[in-house]
Amino acid sequence: MNKLITITTVFSLFLFSQYAASAEYEVAQKNKAFSVKTLQIKVGDVVSFPNQDPFFHNVFSLSPDKTFDLGSYKKGNTKKITFDKPGKIQVECAIHPKMQMTIDVQ
Amino acid sequence: MNQQYKNVFRFLISTLAVFLLLNTSLIQAEENYAFKAGHASLQKWLLADVPPQPADNPLTPEKISLGKKLFFDPRLSGDGNMSCATCHNPVFGWSDALPTAKGVKSKVLGRASPTIVNSGFNDIQMWDGRKKSLEDQAMGPMEATVEMNMDTKKLFIWLNNNEGYKIEFGKAFPGEKIDADTVKKAIASYERTVISNNSAFDKWVKGDKKAMTTQQINGFKLFVGKAKCADCHSEPNFSDDGFHNIGLQSWGNKNPDMGRYAQRPLGLMKGAFKTPTLREIDRTAPYFHDGSASTLEEVIEHYAKGGIVKTNLSPSMEQLDLTTKEKQELVSFLHALSSPYVAITLPELPR
Repeated sequence: MNKLITITTVFSLFLFSQYAASAEYEVAQKNKAFSVKTLQIKVGDVVSFPNQDPFFHNVFSLSPDKTFDLGSYKKGNTKKITFDKPGKIQVECAIHPKMQMTIDVQ
Repeated sequence: MNQQYKNVFRFLISTLAVFLLLNTSLIQAEENYAFKAGHASLQKWLLADVPPQPADNPLTPEKISLGKKLFFDPRLSGDGNMSCATCHNPVFGWSDALPTAKGVKSKVLGRASPTIVNSGFNDIQMWDGRKKSLEDQAMGPMEATVEMNMDTKKLFIWLNNNEGYKIEFGKAFPGEKIDADTVKKAIASYERTVISNNSAFDKWVKGDKKAMTTQQINGFKLFVGKAKCADCHSEPNFSDDGFHNIGLQSWGNKNPDMGRYAQRPLGLMKGAFKTPTLREIDRTAPYFHDGSASTLEEVIEHYAKGGIVKTNLSPSMEQLDLTTKEKQELVSFLHALSSPYVAITLPELPR
């Protein structure tokens, strides 16, 4: 019995460590706002930005630690990006500049 | 045989599922709006009487009064002949009725004077969004050499030596200096009182069945539906405070105005300009940031075509299959967006 628990624990830890190594997060774009204002992630994690509004949104950052532009896309679509360096990344929608959030990559 | 029954059963179930799905989406679309005067679904279009204010500049009657004097005072310009009201003239919907503004010595400038009506509700100011707030914007035209061309050092010396203004500033900002900070706070305070939220449309939203004609209600249906105007001209101020390249003819010029791109160097922002409010639109012709449309009919025609110059066109722009009747309904609806004219009493200026 003890052996089984140990094996299960080790297996779970293995799975968890795999998951922790590159987790995927989702930040929705809805009602002209990002679903969260801040997000803490680890280096290597992926963030997906689904558009849930009935019009186009964009996702970009001009932060020195991560510059990207995911272009514009409509409802039901999503684009994702991997954050491969630590830093505080200011993310915005170019179309609707009030839409802003920060990703803290650790 | 058994298998055949199973297939028929599967087909019926799938058809039922599709039917339910379609029906649900239709119900949802209807739930978004009920086009009945006063309906709850319309209330999000009502605009507050007073715009939000920054924590360090709450509205007071004294600031509004001082701001009004400054707004109408041409001595805030280098030649002493241009006030804020020269380009933001209340008799022309707080704009200037010109395709693009005329600055110092009538120099023709590149963009239309935006109305200041409801600008207190904007999250971001200017056609290219380069100013964050009304306070941030207020000194800009005075400082711009092509606009009011004012030597602001001289301006503050003059204001600090003007007995009338000294009294007014003392009332509005007790114990504070007469400087750029207090001038911009006063002007912004006055601008926050220029509100349009009592149009025929507003009355209809509040429940007056007769406020809008059937043609105008049909126009509103198109506005939020087929014509997709409300994707950008969204509630409650008919603007999303967003930036879009709408494919105007002038975008095809050599060295065109890059608009928002100068502030946000992203491909998407090349030739993109801020969505203006449509409130008071009857009074603010000509239209677009380059003043290229003289009438609302021309504006609707532009959108019906999905823009003229398609390079870097906003993905929100597409050719609309609008009938002549539908175009007329849209124009008719736009006529319902102006409030009764508010006569402005000109302030007596300190001498």
